[in-house]
Amino acid sequence: MSNASTDGELIGMPALETPGEIAGPGAQGPASVEIVVAYGFWIFLLSDIIMFSALFASYAVLSGETAGGPTGRELFDLRRAAIETLCLLFSSYACGLGSLAIDRRRLRAFYPCAALTFLLGATFLGLEITEFAGMVAAGAGPTRSAFLSAFFALVGLHGVHVSIGLIWLVFMVAQVAAQGPRDYVLRRLHCFSLFWHALDIIWIALLTLVYLMGSHS
Amino acid sequence: MGKLSWSVIPWDQPLPMTASLMLAIAGCAILVVITRKRLWPYLWQEWFTSVDHKRVGVMYVILSLVMLLRGFTDAIMMRTQQALAAGAAQGYLPPEHYDQIFSAHGTIMIFFMAMPFMVGLMNFVVPLQLGIRDVAFPVLNSVSFWLTAAGALLVNMSLVIGEFAKTGWLPYPPLSELQFSPGVGVDYYLWALQISGVGALLSGINLVTTILKTRAPGMTYMRMPVFCWTALASNLLIVAAFPLLTATLAMLLLDRYVGMHFFTNTGGGNAMLFFNLIWAWGHPEVYILILPAFGIFSEVIGTFSAKTIFGYRSMVLATMAICILSFMVWLHHFFTMGAGADVNGFFGMMTMIIAVPTGVKMFNWLFTLYRGRIRFEVPMLWALGFMVTFVIGGLTGVLLAVPPADFVLHNSLFLVAHFHNVLIGGVLFGGMAGYNYWFPKAFGFTLDRRLGLCSFWCWLVGFYVAFMPLYALGLLGMTRRLQHYDDLSWRPYLICAAVGAVVILLGIIAQVAQLIVSIRTRASRRDLSGDPWDGRTLEWSTASPPPSYNYAVLPQITGRDAFWAAKHGQAGEPPLALGPAPGVDGAPRQPVEVPNNSPNGFVTAFFAVVMGFALVWHIWWMAILGSACAVVTLLVFGWVPRAAIEKSA
Repeated sequence: MSNASTDGELIGMPALETPGEIAGPGAQGPASVEIVVAYGFWIFLLSDIIMFSALFASYAVLSGETAGGPTGRELFDLRRAAIETLCLLFSSYACGLGSLAIDRRRLRAFYPCAALTFLLGATFLGLEITEFAGMVAAGAGPTRSAFLSAFFALVGLHGVHVSIGLIWLVFMVAQVAAQGPRDYVLRRLHCFSLFWHALDIIWIALLTLVYLMGSHS
Repeated sequence: MGKLSWSVIPWDQPLPMTASLMLAIAGCAILVVITRKRLWPYLWQEWFTSVDHKRVGVMYVILSLVMLLRGFTDAIMMRTQQALAAGAAQGYLPPEHYDQIFSAHGTIMIFFMAMPFMVGLMNFVVPLQLGIRDVAFPVLNSVSFWLTAAGALLVNMSLVIGEFAKTGWLPYPPLSELQFSPGVGVDYYLWALQISGVGALLSGINLVTTILKTRAPGMTYMRMPVFCWTALASNLLIVAAFPLLTATLAMLLLDRYVGMHFFTNTGGGNAMLFFNLIWAWGHPEVYILILPAFGIFSEVIGTFSAKTIFGYRSMVLATMAICILSFMVWLHHFFTMGAGADVNGFFGMMTMIIAVPTGVKMFNWLFTLYRGRIRFEVPMLWALGFMVTFVIGGLTGVLLAVPPADFVLHNSLFLVAHFHNVLIGGVLFGGMAGYNYWFPKAFGFTLDRRLGLCSFWCWLVGFYVAFMPLYALGLLGMTRRLQHYDDLSWRPYLICAAVGAVVILLGIIAQVAQLIVSIRTRASRRDLSGDPWDGRTLEWSTASPPPSYNYAVLPQITGRDAFWAAKHGQAGEPPLALGPAPGVDGAPRQPVEVPNNSPNGFVTAFFAVVMGFALVWHIWWMAILGSACAVVTLLVFGWVPRAAIEKSA
């Protein structure tokens, strides 16, 4: 081994390559399909979070623009937000258990977990829809003020994501039932699981910036 | 049928009707020829449903060249109108028509000419340069292309059915709000861009994953060709910036369709929010376009100087520095917003700093040329033309980055001249260099050199004649987007600019002629070696055109400029292990997996067009039907697992 590579190892760098021996990322050729699919989906999730960031920024700019209409303090019900949070987080917990079950090919454990994931997600969505309906009925709809436009768009976009996730989950359960836990089915379930957890991260930001900060300002 | 009726077709306006009549005749002629020659099965199987990255890349470039013709037609109409409409003369374009033309010109040139050109070249070249068989997600790639084409179709439908936006290439509120733009023009713009924007995002995800995760064995980061680095930077920017565009346009759609108050004058809306959001996407967008062009020039200059690119590491660093800095300069698009001296000063300085890595690149190209064995082939001339032109454009850009100067020059023809200087001199010249450079790889025969030279010189001279007067006009105080002006002293400059546009037209005619002549004489210009330019990178090591699987055996990469080292056996560089040639004595004929064709992209994009058209015209049942069909298409194609076909190598 040459001096250069020893020096590299001393400062925590990978050893410099010698002719005929290849080191570093990419040395082994294309990654496996599992890694490529999950990696691509991670990139998609990051882009999705950037889309949310545009709506968060708009909400931050417009949250004070109530145009004489109701403010967040008058509208937000923290108890409902707490229940919604619990629904979503436990839904993700159930989703995680489902992932463990399907990775071990235990379908009997997978189906109840998927059902629980769906039920909790649907409960969250139902709570959100009743919240929106109540606000519209009280004259605090999205056209009332810029603040409410930003609120409905931001929270609504998260709700749309949850709805897409629920449709996706039904599709995946059907696919597991019809085609069994094949490789591509497992890859998709893995992506679904990433998606479902990412929605939690966004919801925590929503809960903090919209509901908690909004009802105390 | 919502707002749709027979009266929305502009029967009484001769210009759009003539244009659409000509389009209809040309379209019918093409359809008749295809049907007569029984080409439909061939097109459907080999192109429309192909998920081969090379085919998808070629289709992107064809789309962009067709859109170049459309966008240039708009350009020459504007130039002739401004040459005519001075003082008492009104020209031949009424204001409401002129406004649509400049909006369509910008929209088409950026989103449906420059973007598909660069994305197409990246699609075609990157997997070949990385030594692999396809992109990470081949079907997704086809979906991306067809969504882009769907957006292009919607924009062009607006020519015949209804109208296009009159709000410029970025629909600034409050002008673009329902109150001031009640027509369907802005809606055409918004839905076309939402659909093609999804395509751009998916393509970005695909290429980032391809470059980061699926390179051939031994292709470490610092061995990737410069074009792959610039493609990586560009696609990272797509992934980071396009969601902002989607979100911003969605907010404008909510304002227009639901009556929300994001950017309205009433209800607490804030128009400057739109400016900030759209340019937080828009400035990275110009680097999404120019970075791949920089990569093309690096490949071309290295090849035709017969030298490895000078300062490879600094080139990579400069590319990634531009990638990051591009997100820190957006406010220079509206220094006059009133953010104050400190904010303007910060963004002015950040803008000037971007000139540093760009300058590093320029010097690297110069030092690559220095003492190289330079061959003045067509791609090289485009590269040399770029180096001169882009420096001028860059310098005027640094000038505009100074906030006090920008206060004087913003919204003037000086600005128009500046961004055409960098977009034509940078992106378009880059696209043309790449088109001439990689055409033999794509089709197996070279393009005619004489007509290529003719096209280059017409474009170069035409560009200077058309745009240098605009700098002067900007300094004289002429604002952009004028359908008519009273100051007769501007007229000589505008006549000069119109002459320049005609010279560019000659360049485009030469380009079309080059393609036709080359196809007709292809038998005598076959590229049998697969390496017509004495290239340096892996794409030249395979046949022209490459087989669908690109490489019979994945190459083992042992250094930079891998193919050059293999050919010339440079000291210290072991030869490239391309694997045993297929079929040669004793060589194993390994089966190669190639993904099957998929009509997924075409069908999804068809329903996306139906949905977009219905939403533009408020035909709600059709919108629901179109989007439901698109979702069902995705679910159906997702349900049936995709089988890979095997080809014997």
